[in-house]
Amino acid sequence: MRALVFILAMMFLPSLAAAQVAGGVPSPSITQGKGDKCVADTDYMRRYHMRELLHQRDETMHEGIRAKRFSLKECVACHATTDDGGKPVPINAPGQFCASCHKYAAVQIDCFQCHATKPEDGKQAQSPSPFPMTAAAEPETSQ
Amino acid sequence: MASKIAFRTIEGRSIGYLALLAGLGAMVLLGLGSAWVMEHNGHHITGMNNQIVWGMPHVFAVFLVVAASGALNVASIASVFGKTAYKPLSRLSGLLALTLLIGGLGVLVLDLGHPDRLIVAMTTYNFKSIFAWNIYLYNGFMVIVGVYLWFQMERRMQRYAAVAGWVAFIWRLVLTTGTGSIFGFLVAREAYDAAVMAPLFIAMSFSFGLAIFLLVMMASCAWTGRPLGDKLLKRMGTLLAVFIAAVLYFTAAQHLTNLYAAEHAGIERFILADGGILTTLFWWGQVILGSIAPLVLLFLPGSGLRWRVIAASSLVILGGLTQVYIIIIGGQAFPLVMFPGMEVASGFGDGAVAQYGPSWYEVGLGIGGVAFALLAVALAVRVLPFLPATLADSAVDPHHTKPEPKGAVPAGA
Amino acid sequence: MSGNGFDMDRRRFLSAAAAAAGITLAPGITLYGIGHADARALDEPASGKVRWGLLIDVNQCTADCDACVSACAEENGLTGHGRPATDAQWIRKVNVRDPKNGVEKSVPVMCQHCAEPPCVDVCPTGASFKRADGIVLVDKHICIGCRYCMMACPYKARSFVHEDLTDQKPYAPRGKGTVESCTFCVHRVDAGGMPACVEACDSEGNGAMTFGDLNDPDSEISKRVAAYATRQIRADLGVDPGVRYQNL
Repeated sequence: MRALVFILAMMFLPSLAAAQVAGGVPSPSITQGKGDKCVADTDYMRRYHMRELLHQRDETMHEGIRAKRFSLKECVACHATTDDGGKPVPINAPGQFCASCHKYAAVQIDCFQCHATKPEDGKQAQSPSPFPMTAAAEPETSQ
Repeated sequence: MASKIAFRTIEGRSIGYLALLAGLGAMVLLGLGSAWVMEHNGHHITGMNNQIVWGMPHVFAVFLVVAASGALNVASIASVFGKTAYKPLSRLSGLLALTLLIGGLGVLVLDLGHPDRLIVAMTTYNFKSIFAWNIYLYNGFMVIVGVYLWFQMERRMQRYAAVAGWVAFIWRLVLTTGTGSIFGFLVAREAYDAAVMAPLFIAMSFSFGLAIFLLVMMASCAWTGRPLGDKLLKRMGTLLAVFIAAVLYFTAAQHLTNLYAAEHAGIERFILADGGILTTLFWWGQVILGSIAPLVLLFLPGSGLRWRVIAASSLVILGGLTQVYIIIIGGQAFPLVMFPGMEVASGFGDGAVAQYGPSWYEVGLGIGGVAFALLAVALAVRVLPFLPATLADSAVDPHHTKPEPKGAVPAGA
Repeated sequence: MSGNGFDMDRRRFLSAAAAAAGITLAPGITLYGIGHADARALDEPASGKVRWGLLIDVNQCTADCDACVSACAEENGLTGHGRPATDAQWIRKVNVRDPKNGVEKSVPVMCQHCAEPPCVDVCPTGASFKRADGIVLVDKHICIGCRYCMMACPYKARSFVHEDLTDQKPYAPRGKGTVESCTFCVHRVDAGGMPACVEACDSEGNGAMTFGDLNDPDSEISKRVAAYATRQIRADLGVDPGVRYQNL
């Protein structure tokens, strides 16, 4: 029993020490999105953004409800950045909006295997954009 | 009079045993490595494409799953059909069924486009899909066989073993029907969409399962110095011949029925005459080497029973793989008939026979699955008493009257 | 309350109500002008009252025209990788020749959006599904890439994504390891537009394609289906495709 505790301690102490020394995993850098505020409170989004996204994706996919509030496309449109040359940077690149928090929390996401990492460019496709960029309504505080 | 058979683990200390583990382990690693490369790069590196969507991994997986349900048959003959001579073989039969199934499912899962979504596959179901039912059938089979093995090996539970045997027998018939129905339910392809697919697969399972079981049993006995009686072997050989004949019958029924209908003339001409490699594989691989040759070998009179059973079983296995290959690949290679009677061409392969060239990744993954099944058996018999101490006729056969052959039983390997 | 205060409140209420009414109506009016008169609002679910269908007049298709194919690839970001065996193809032109008289037709074939889709029946997770308005889609969030739907489709409509993808179109997500097929440009249709292939055929091609609501007797497509003899490919299978062909 003591041997087991000793072995486990030996396994974990070095990583603790390293974290102290190196400052641990870099804290996420949240880039400021466009507009004056997000579609919901930061605290709410921090906790429930995946739940809202997963709920929204089912509604959009299976019922064709394309409400823009928790649309992933709109998240990318606001939170993607451009590089010095003005070209959009993929949102799943290291250090960018989604990746920095998810790397910190060690939760892998596979959204961008399929979803576009850059916002829709200015040149619209033939159909008009149904989502004019207006400020969001007051978010609900209850779940 | 047959005495109670004891079950023993194997010693498992010889160089040969360790070499076997190492060899099988290397093949398992090969399979895992192939899966990793395929998943990492995407399936474009394989021979599978938008015309041939299921390839060698599925050939191996379907073969292993079908053989798994058939391997359990030996135990069923004892517990369901009451043939006490097969009773000592029940534990090995259950073990082999379990490991072959896990090997086959492993190959299938590792070939998925998103193997990381296995948990989605196991929690989100469309119950109109036979695939969804198969997930329950395969997992249920693993549980039931596990329980059946436990009942057999736990002294207190041995009286319930017969019940478990019945449940396992019925479950495996449903499972194999489900596997055959994967193809039988498809209306789109000329080679499928037939009710005969389910019973054909049941017959195939009997045949392939027993062939693999025979080889594993003979190897286990030979390599651990356990005696194996000729009468038992002859009995099992005759049974294998019956199963081979059953497969031949259902195959004949399928093709003869199709040949009668003008609608199916195209696919029949393709498989039986015009299909190039597929036609060669059908006549030489499946029919002659996979069915007729083993039948001849098994019914040849005289000595040399051991090598004849080994040769026949090996041919049945190769013929079985060939048959599954023809079903899966042949069914996809033949073009979809969207405009009957018309000549069709397009940039997407319409109207043309699709070519399939398997890549090493696919073959490696399939071999990895087979190796996994055998490695698991090899390890299990070392750890738990699956193998009977002896399969000599005097011990096994309740009607045996001949004295023991002169060769003494050598010590364990 | 004073008369002025009450009037101010009432004025503010009326102007706010007018603004709200205007904002509510504006998208509908915009959509009305562009696409279908019966386009639904975007935050409403697709309705079973509608059944989207496509009518193709094969006599208007020439063998050398592939406007529909190029438009589809452009719209949905179907970049080729120089590997025709594994590159995605959502719509293709099939050359159909009658050996008895040598007559050849060039037929565009895509997902037929069947009413009883075999691909939906066989999908183990339900990723392949039919929306209420008849459009058959793949929910790539739950697609495990087993390709059983590709085995089941009588029209070879589906493609598997065999490699990593980047720079997808934001309105047409697609990724490695999932299966995909023609979506009737569902992102356009939901906004009241029509599929890219139909639009390209109208503008650059031969006007062979008509898209619309098969359940609406006043739609262009319903009138044509009622007036002319049309057929479905492999109608004998009983899957009732939403794509019909004229002069095939």
